[in-house]
Amino acid sequence: MIKLPAASMDQIKHLVSERALTGETMLLNMGPQHPSTHGVLRLLLELDGEIIVNCIPDIGFLHTGIEKNMEAKTYQKAEVMTDRIDYMYTMGNNLVYCLALEKLTGLDVPERADYIRVILAELSRLQSHLLWIGTSAMDLAAMSVFLYAMREREMILDVFELVTGQRMMTTYIRPGGVWRDLPEGFEQSIRQILKVFPKRIKEYESLLTRNPLFRDRTIGIGKISVEDCIRRGVTGPVIRGSGLAYDLRKARPYSVYARFDFDIPTQQEGDCYSRYLVRVEEMRQSLRIIGQALDRLPKGPFRSSNRKFVPPPRSELGVSMEALIHHFKLWTEGFSAPCGSVYVGVESPRGEMGVYLEGDGGPKPYRAHYRTPSFVNLQALPLMARNHFVADLVGIIGSIDIVLGDADR
Amino acid sequence: MIEPNQIIAAARYLKDEAGFDMLLDITSVDYCPRVEGRFHLVYHFYSMKKNQILILRVPLNGNEPEVQTIEGIYPNANWYERETWDLMGVHFSGHSDLRRIQLPADWEGHPLRKDYPLGYEEVQYSFNYDDIAKTKSHPKD
Repeated sequence: MIKLPAASMDQIKHLVSERALTGETMLLNMGPQHPSTHGVLRLLLELDGEIIVNCIPDIGFLHTGIEKNMEAKTYQKAEVMTDRIDYMYTMGNNLVYCLALEKLTGLDVPERADYIRVILAELSRLQSHLLWIGTSAMDLAAMSVFLYAMREREMILDVFELVTGQRMMTTYIRPGGVWRDLPEGFEQSIRQILKVFPKRIKEYESLLTRNPLFRDRTIGIGKISVEDCIRRGVTGPVIRGSGLAYDLRKARPYSVYARFDFDIPTQQEGDCYSRYLVRVEEMRQSLRIIGQALDRLPKGPFRSSNRKFVPPPRSELGVSMEALIHHFKLWTEGFSAPCGSVYVGVESPRGEMGVYLEGDGGPKPYRAHYRTPSFVNLQALPLMARNHFVADLVGIIGSIDIVLGDADR
Repeated sequence: MIEPNQIIAAARYLKDEAGFDMLLDITSVDYCPRVEGRFHLVYHFYSMKKNQILILRVPLNGNEPEVQTIEGIYPNANWYERETWDLMGVHFSGHSDLRRIQLPADWEGHPLRKDYPLGYEEVQYSFNYDDIAKTKSHPKD
């Protein structure tokens, strides 16, 4: 076994400048219990007075071994683990896993399920952005936005509870469709959201967009260029805030996104303020997608009728021998996926979320790996934070919108 | 699928000439009982212009595999390679900062390997600590 030395000053010597070793600059530990690091992120800062010379992120405090755990479970059970990765975009985690699994096994998805998936994934994006706008404004001491954003987020979580029975860890999108059909009252609650939200988004904008304190704290802070984004694999609102309209929903459309009419908002400056503007506009575009999907929601089955992968309805169990056998087989052994590997990516609120899934012919994934946007975007934090004040670092972390469950898995 | 000693040349070609400007992902797969080609590194490259993904697989031999880092060509390979080293135990030579990233620095073993057991510690109905230590596959404490 090749051994690396234990954690000590020696280990980080090569990461800090020479001035830190002589004591000219100060090394300061920020986190992992810092309230504005959005979870458990530890940052080792090298400071010259109040200016950040260097910033070394240290992650892994939330590592739960999800990839290893998935290998020991059947495909259906492994999906439950995926909720816990990016706990702000649970529907998307399920969606990308199911898309990969469907690509691997060649399973069909009925159209109605596709539309339901899109509506729920966009609602998920909306609630993630709402939480982001609340917390990141709170980091910059704008307390009231948080209260308003949480009020609206509650409406979306109520819809999730209505549809899936859960507010956050939903596991609603299943291989071959969705868990159950939409309940009564779904359309009314979505129509209510569509009616209320445009006004509310305007409210947030009136609180922040022209707020001189907010502008002072964000304009020109944490700049990153498109070239740096590409070189470092940064995606999502960060790259769109730098001026490149790269969105997987348009670039490599998955599910039924190609059928909807929506824009990709971009800004040119690449600072915290433009990332804020991009996200606010994205909320409006999400509403547009939800509206179109709801209008065109087709009737029909909500999950595939391929009994080798999708369990039969409960009503058939008493009358059909085959249904009983399928039910039994699916809930004990699970279904098998062929040998081979697939990579599928979706656009999460933070960037490209991809899953690499490899099957070995058995009922358990041989290898499941998540390419998570927070993990990649966090690598660019030192680049953005350099030569800024410590107080601005908090805003920069907020503007990348990291979810540590996503980075650590 | 390419040989491990060609990875630097391949990455340089992909970035400079073929236009694959973004490194999406590096991951690894363990085919455990096999020694010849036990580990596969899987690189995902993406081209913004052509909107294409290219997947490179690099088979590695032996239980202590080593491969050259491509950090110098794609800077964001840094953390991917640290993660692969941490969880799978693939050593990247020439890497600037090969520390564990997800697990604590004093962790032993590489959990994503297939021969690393998943599970809990068995309850020992004994105070014979020498015997207990023998049953542990990864004597961490």
